[in-house]
Amino acid sequence: MQYLFYFFAAISIISALMVVSARSPINSVIALIVCFLSIAGHYILLNAQFLAMVHIIVYTGAIMVLFLYVIMMLNLNQRTEPQKKLLTRISAVVAGGVFLITLLGATRQGLQIAAANPEDASIGLVSQVGMALFKDYLLPFEVSSVLFLSAMVGAMMLGLKEKATT
Amino acid sequence: MLYTFIFLSVLLLITLMVAAYETYAERKVAAFMQDRIGPDRAGPFGLFQPLADGVKMFMKEDFVPSTANKKLYFMGPAIAMTTALLTGVVIPWGGTLHFGGEAYSLQGADPGIGILYIFAMVSIGVYGIMLGGWASNNKYALYGAIRAASQMVSYELAMGMSIVALVMTTGTLSLSGIVNGQLDGTWNVFVQPLGVLLFITCAFAECNRAPFDLPECETELVGGYHTEFSSMKLGFYLFAEYVNMFISSAVISSLYFGGYDIPFVDQSGMASNLVVILGTLAFFAKVCFFIFLFMWIRWTLPRFRYDQLMNLGWKKLIPLAILNILITGGYMVLNGQVKL
Repeated sequence: MQYLFYFFAAISIISALMVVSARSPINSVIALIVCFLSIAGHYILLNAQFLAMVHIIVYTGAIMVLFLYVIMMLNLNQRTEPQKKLLTRISAVVAGGVFLITLLGATRQGLQIAAANPEDASIGLVSQVGMALFKDYLLPFEVSSVLFLSAMVGAMMLGLKEKATT
Repeated sequence: MLYTFIFLSVLLLITLMVAAYETYAERKVAAFMQDRIGPDRAGPFGLFQPLADGVKMFMKEDFVPSTANKKLYFMGPAIAMTTALLTGVVIPWGGTLHFGGEAYSLQGADPGIGILYIFAMVSIGVYGIMLGGWASNNKYALYGAIRAASQMVSYELAMGMSIVALVMTTGTLSLSGIVNGQLDGTWNVFVQPLGVLLFITCAFAECNRAPFDLPECETELVGGYHTEFSSMKLGFYLFAEYVNMFISSAVISSLYFGGYDIPFVDQSGMASNLVVILGTLAFFAKVCFFIFLFMWIRWTLPRFRYDQLMNLGWKKLIPLAILNILITGGYMVLNGQVKL
């Protein structure tokens, strides 16, 4: 189990680094897919089977397909990728590093979160997730559903409006 | 542990064998439908034809276009094949055999979320086609890849919704649980008649089979996403399609047609091991029927136009699936199966 954790953790971190460092957008997307798959592996190690599968279906299967789709349609590649000047890059690295140090310093002591229910291995199973969503957190769940619905309708409206004017 | 390993190896072999003979069956069925004889040169009744085809695939020149993205070009067929083969693990191929006090289950793994696992594998399978089509740097291949992606994403929605109603009535996501619920003879096809039709239609679209084979529509796109592939890479794509067909037939039969259940077999008083073996044979018979159905429809219906395909998916199948969920839920409430 422990080795599996280190294995997945290594894949997650390496692929996440590749997402930001890869030159070609398509390689970034593939690295992100690998990253999502390894995170699904982490969920399975935590016995959260439902979350793992939904994670693969939604993120890997649907959202990343759309990413890939857009990249293929627009034919983005290394040449169309905007190249920043050296000075910009160095200053960005310095600023990011300083920000990281600040964050680490601020949260180093305050972030000792205890697991809510470390002994309960069944917390990620379908029935448990369903109970949590539809019993304990019903209102937030419904509100976020309405939010998604309005986002969908809004996107449709914008698309139709453009079609009507042209 | 050892048993699981052996079982999965045998399963892999059987899957590949079935896929190989599906190519033969496809040609024979096509010949039958068109009043021809079909392949009959290699061996008796042409039974060695898949072998000859396989050797031919291996012997062909393995050509890689000079402008292709090499890494992704190799990854495409590999992903398509791997995800196709991974799906068979969770399907219950039979009951549990008992030998010398040990129980041997004829199912590779039984996670509580079996259906979702299959959906996850199907949704990863799109990448094989998309990456392969994009990487070959050919506009027809790219069209094929883009068509495949949008078609599969669209039909996954309707497929998932048609399953929701089934999960509501069975109360479990585990495939063995769903099959066990049908062992008393009430197959889910009688409980969910609309759901079956929706699921089978979407399964056809997910497998890229005619009349939904627009990603490889040769009248418009040369060869679709595998235009630039040759030798065994092309073989892997074609093979993955047949493996997918086999697995979806297995999924259809276990979700809706009783899995390894034979009606009234529990009243015959046969030994339990014998019942299990007969059940597995019955399961394979059902699977063969659905494979035949795939071929039957391919040689009967003409291909859709792309906009018709999208309209069918979004404007007909998804509303029907939602209606099915509503009807199922309403019936369950009226029938007192759930309390509000």
